[in-house]
Amino acid sequence: MAKKSMRHECAKHLVALGAKHQHIFALEGDLKESTQSIQFQTAHPGRYIDCGIAEQNMVGVAAGLALDGKIPFVHSFACFISMRAIEQVRTSVAYPRLNVKFVVTHGGISPGTAGTTHHAIEDIAIMRAIPNMTVLVPGDAKEVQQALEAALARNGPVYIRLGAGDAEDVYDEKANFAIGKATQLRPGNDVIIITTGTFMYEGVIASDILRKEHKINARVLQMASIKPIDREAILRAAEEAKCIVTVEEHNIVGGLGGAVCEIAAEVGNARVRRIGINDHFCGVGSQVCLLRQEGLTVENIIDTVKSF
Amino acid sequence: MKKDKISELKTISRHARKLIVEMLICAGCGHPGGALSSIDIMTALYFDIMRIDPHDPKWDERDRFILSKGHSSIGLYAILHLRGFMDRTTLLTFRQDNSNLCGHPDMHKVAGVEMSTGSLGHGLSVGAGMAFAAKCDKKKHRVFVLMGDGETQEGSIWEAAMFASHHKLDNLIGIVDRNMIQIDGNTEDVLALEPYKAKWEAFGWDVADIDGHDFVQIQECMRNIPRCSDKPTLILANTVKGKGISFMEHNPAWHGGGLKGEHAEIALNEVNASLEKDRK
Repeated sequence: MAKKSMRHECAKHLVALGAKHQHIFALEGDLKESTQSIQFQTAHPGRYIDCGIAEQNMVGVAAGLALDGKIPFVHSFACFISMRAIEQVRTSVAYPRLNVKFVVTHGGISPGTAGTTHHAIEDIAIMRAIPNMTVLVPGDAKEVQQALEAALARNGPVYIRLGAGDAEDVYDEKANFAIGKATQLRPGNDVIIITTGTFMYEGVIASDILRKEHKINARVLQMASIKPIDREAILRAAEEAKCIVTVEEHNIVGGLGGAVCEIAAEVGNARVRRIGINDHFCGVGSQVCLLRQEGLTVENIIDTVKSF
Repeated sequence: MKKDKISELKTISRHARKLIVEMLICAGCGHPGGALSSIDIMTALYFDIMRIDPHDPKWDERDRFILSKGHSSIGLYAILHLRGFMDRTTLLTFRQDNSNLCGHPDMHKVAGVEMSTGSLGHGLSVGAGMAFAAKCDKKKHRVFVLMGDGETQEGSIWEAAMFASHHKLDNLIGIVDRNMIQIDGNTEDVLALEPYKAKWEAFGWDVADIDGHDFVQIQECMRNIPRCSDKPTLILANTVKGKGISFMEHNPAWHGGGLKGEHAEIALNEVNASLEKDRK
């Protein structure tokens, strides 16, 4: 397995899509190195707009471009799109169902020591609550590519959330991401581990250890499509297993864990335990340090499964 | 010829004011003040300035109009009806249950509405995006964005103002309905906008300062907006909030509210008298 930068992979693929589709525009909020939208600027300068440090206007401009048939991909950090410009996202993009894509980086606590101002632990919950919005949190380079293509094929607003760091390759060649579908990465009926973003990697490792060392068969479902969510997969999980563990780099309120609970509560006897950030702002630390503090580790996934 | 056009525009705006009053009576709610202050501007746009086709609302070469001050929808609906985009029966469903005519306009429900608006401070950015797209495609149409003066207290307006001048969007025309009144009072008492013209100029816009109820001035200004100036144009239309209904003029209390009882009677009498005068 190899590690790849999600941001770089995403940007590279958008450049390729931009070559095929002349309607694609890239918009940036003065973070072109960080988001890597600079790659699009280099390849397609005539369809690139650096809007400066003015995210609200950037989203409005994207709405205007979409009204004229363009397909703008808006780049910034997750915290700024989901919070600074959220009303434009909701009212000027989602409500009129305009074909605007948001490619956000530095999701979760991936900005690490940059501090709480730059963390985005609320964005999935915020975006998920907006009608007409599609929310995707891909977890490796291949899934990013497929998510970008799926977003492009979908007529309407899509929020694609990436972290700042590198991601281990998890998907094999046959894996096929689709909006509204979970991807089963490991079989099993004892417990269901549902992950999103890069945590499918930790989920898979945990599942392998549980099977080998603890004789527990843990199904792993990667839920890169948080909205629409794979309702059937969650209902099946809730009926077939006694426990579900969700794993996300996000507040345990309102994100993947919340979405799974909403559906699992309708049927079956499965209990849900949510691993994520426990509804507090995180302190100062590298991403690795903070993830360990928050229990977003293989060890804690295993311990949580065993605690049922 | 020119004079005939001016008197035609005056008559249309009188009809529009009457429709606004009728809608306010039917609905029992709405936003009269800003609709009445901006109705002459919208009349000029839809009947003299903009290239549009009511039979083909999505005509590719049409000029675009965004009502950034979406609460003045009642005025826009009246104009769209008079221009042939919707019938009178539909018009009078304004703000009724299950109507397509929401208090703030929905682009997917009303033919001729380019963009869903209502939250203040959004429209200029959207208009800038449309103008940018037109430039990219070398299209000749123009984008008009009507804002309220109070609306421009929103910071996002100034982000858009910077963007438009930076990108030399001379196909973008902003119009401010400068009626001096917002919900809580005079703009200069609530959060001062002055020196207003200088602000827009400092942001790189060409500013035309006109009387927003004088059709000669409106026409003169709008017919002569330069097309290749490399600068966006801002029309600072000085208006009277509630214009045309005596008890509403200059009165912040009539920013929002429907008409009933004595108020309805007075308002109807006044718009009818104005049309009567026109016939003589």
